Amino acid sequence: MTATALLPGLLRSTRRRSVSPTLVLAWVVVAVVILWAIAPGLFTHYSATSGVPQDRLLPPDAQHWFGTDQLGRDQYSRVVHGSIHSLSGAVVAVAVGFVAGSLLGLLAGSLGGLVDIVIGRVVDVLLSVPGLLLSLTVIILLGFGTVHAAIAVGLTSIASFTRLTRSEVVGVRRSDYVEAAFGSGGRRWSVLFRHVLPNSLGPVLALVALQIGTAIIAISTLGFLGYGAPPPTPEWGLLIADGRNYVATSWWLTTYPGIVVVVVVLAANRIGQSLGRRGRQGGSR
Amino acid sequence: MTLLDLDGLSVSYATRQGTRTVVEDVSFAVDPGELVAVVGESGSGKTTTAQAVLGLLADNGRIESGRISLNGTDIARWSDRRLRAVRGSQISLVPQDPGNSLDPVKTIGSQIAEVFRLHEPRGRRPVGPRVIDLLERVGLTRPELRARQYPHELSGGMRQRVLIAIAVALHPQLIIADEPTSALDVTVQRTILDLIDSLRQEFGTAVLLVTHDLGVAADRSDRLVVMKDGRVQETGPTPVVVADPSSEYTRALLADAPSFGSPLQARREQREPVAAVSSGGVTPAEAPPAIVVEGLVKEFRGGRRGDAVRAVDDVSFVVPRGTTHALVGESGSGKTTTARLVTRFETPTAGSIRLDGSDVSELRGEDLRQLRRRIQLVYQNPFATLDPRHRVRDIVAEPLRNFDLGDRSSRRDRTLELLDLVALPAAVADRPARELSGGQRQRVAIARALAVEPEVVVLDEAVSALDVTVQAAILRLLDDLQRRLGLTYLFISHDLAVVRQISDTVSVLSGGRVVESGPVERIFTEPEDPYTRQLLAAVPGAATPAPSEPKAAQ
Repeated sequence: MTATALLPGLLRSTRRRSVSPTLVLAWVVVAVVILWAIAPGLFTHYSATSGVPQDRLLPPDAQHWFGTDQLGRDQYSRVVHGSIHSLSGAVVAVAVGFVAGSLLGLLAGSLGGLVDIVIGRVVDVLLSVPGLLLSLTVIILLGFGTVHAAIAVGLTSIASFTRLTRSEVVGVRRSDYVEAAFGSGGRRWSVLFRHVLPNSLGPVLALVALQIGTAIIAISTLGFLGYGAPPPTPEWGLLIADGRNYVATSWWLTTYPGIVVVVVVLAANRIGQSLGRRGRQGGSR
Repeated sequence: MTLLDLDGLSVSYATRQGTRTVVEDVSFAVDPGELVAVVGESGSGKTTTAQAVLGLLADNGRIESGRISLNGTDIARWSDRRLRAVRGSQISLVPQDPGNSLDPVKTIGSQIAEVFRLHEPRGRRPVGPRVIDLLERVGLTRPELRARQYPHELSGGMRQRVLIAIAVALHPQLIIADEPTSALDVTVQRTILDLIDSLRQEFGTAVLLVTHDLGVAADRSDRLVVMKDGRVQETGPTPVVVADPSSEYTRALLADAPSFGSPLQARREQREPVAAVSSGGVTPAEAPPAIVVEGLVKEFRGGRRGDAVRAVDDVSFVVPRGTTHALVGESGSGKTTTARLVTRFETPTAGSIRLDGSDVSELRGEDLRQLRRRIQLVYQNPFATLDPRHRVRDIVAEPLRNFDLGDRSSRRDRTLELLDLVALPAAVADRPARELSGGQRQRVAIARALAVEPEVVVLDEAVSALDVTVQAAILRLLDDLQRRLGLTYLFISHDLAVVRQISDTVSVLSGGRVVESGPVERIFTEPEDPYTRQLLAAVPGAATPAPSEPKAAQ
């Protein structure tokens, strides 16, 4: 549903308006990273896990774009192969946050009263705990691993999804057309799903895009701290952590994966921003 | 010599679809001390013209050609910086919406003082006393207190006075008033227009009044400029234009303006017998009346100190079947709350509402849902009551779906039938509501209301947001539907002229109470209550000489 709702809007925007160059660049970056995740073989022929020992710690050159690590593994290949872990982790994390958060928000916003108060206070508590601390706590309870790390990151974003959905639902629920729908004999749940939910989701979808960037950072952070995927998985956070040991002599091991993370997150944020703007314009009409 | 002279002014906006010319070859002049009214419907370019004079066009707007001469100097192509010295000191603006035009976090006094600070060298004269003086001049009581208050502590009329104070602060030669009273109640509107008049006489200021209300324009202006689709249709001295319009459009506008013509005159005469029955002690003939409201009270909690606020206080009225009863009053009179009580979007605190003899004031749950088949509400703002994501077809068919009436194909037929009933082409069925105009949307809303064949339709300011010509068309439609389907209307409006056209009986509300009620003709010709009299006197256009009426009715 989310994808079908989003697609025509995107098509329309590219067709009519002159698109800003940074936005195009952002989409290109995201497209490349998604291709990395789907078909890493197209981008590199080096293995991500086994290296050539005599080629260890080579600086970047035409053969090894990002240089090689202490085991002689091509760092570019590790970044390419690692994208699947970071991306899928981010998608799972955001999916957890979006589904749980928007359902809680819909409940809180539409039922009001005690339900609203209880959900609101739980959200307050979630927001008051620092995100990293919360995900570390969850991951220690669940155990290490990529999926667990993703769930842990997703839980931290539930609060913001709930807040946003609730505020949208509260606004839409009071609008004339929702009252008119009740006036036409609509039952509570049919009005909720026919009118309230579709008209509330615009800004929430924009938050999804924004949260993907945040989730990539959070997952890399967990990887960096050693709570995510175990070595030798070429997860981005893990790459940065490994390279840290050689930062004085082989700067490329931390720098290049770091730059990739930053660029991807910036791209995701840029896209999120543009969707948010569209959402606001659509809402004001 | 002329103060302001527009000569062949054209303004265009750059849009995604290319440039669109919204003001084309507009020429008129304003002499010192004169009040010129620019009249037109939405989209006529009247506001754009005013903005062009002030150099306040939107970012995508551009003056294509023409001259704007102020005291003989062409300012059309002046930079923003140069215009800044003119704005406020020579030309000033009274904006439309007093609710949005004041800074909510600054006191009234400091906002007025700002004008002096911007235009006069620092410290020439103390500003404080002049602010107080101005506030007194625009008729605000306790000016020292007002200067310390914030906008939210003032009523709409008081805020508009503050905006006028800002506009006249530097004794400009020209004040541009863009719909200065459209957001205000009719009695407040009159005092504001009186104020503008008296300031005009006192300072000799010319006023360019932009308005959609022909009544206001005819009452107050020396000369009229009638605009349509960006072009001037007609211009001339007000009495001449009103008495003998030369353009077709002006004639239509005059005929449709509720204060002037009476297009539904025939209707009233035709149903005189019905009205007579209802007025004769308000007793129904044989069948029970469609609506009987007795002793209706609604209290809202949460006033200051948690007191209950009585929005509706002991309201009673009877509406015979097939007739129209109007509830009239200013904002805060409780008329909309009454409408929401009758349609049971609110539950009354006390009193009874009987529809067709059965008490509906206590209905809940499924019974309440079933009530929607018998009574429907049409809202004021056609832009807010239709789900922007739905197609017209879905909107009109929604009540049918909710009540499981018919199958898919019969619902489709019924939808087209309903669209035809409200005189919309079948082609709009597949378009989303957001692509329709205001009048079309209101027709869709009426079609939706009629889908379940209700006995009673409550119209809450249903034509107030529409242009006069569209308004007249919707009123004719409502009248026609009433006769064909035998509908009973409860018509809520602040606009007495409209009420006079469409209703048989009327209740005048003030402060939640009925101050007077009876047949519409009697209330309008022989009002007994002082409040009703005051309300009627404030209707713009009432002061216009009679000759206009037979002219318009032709």
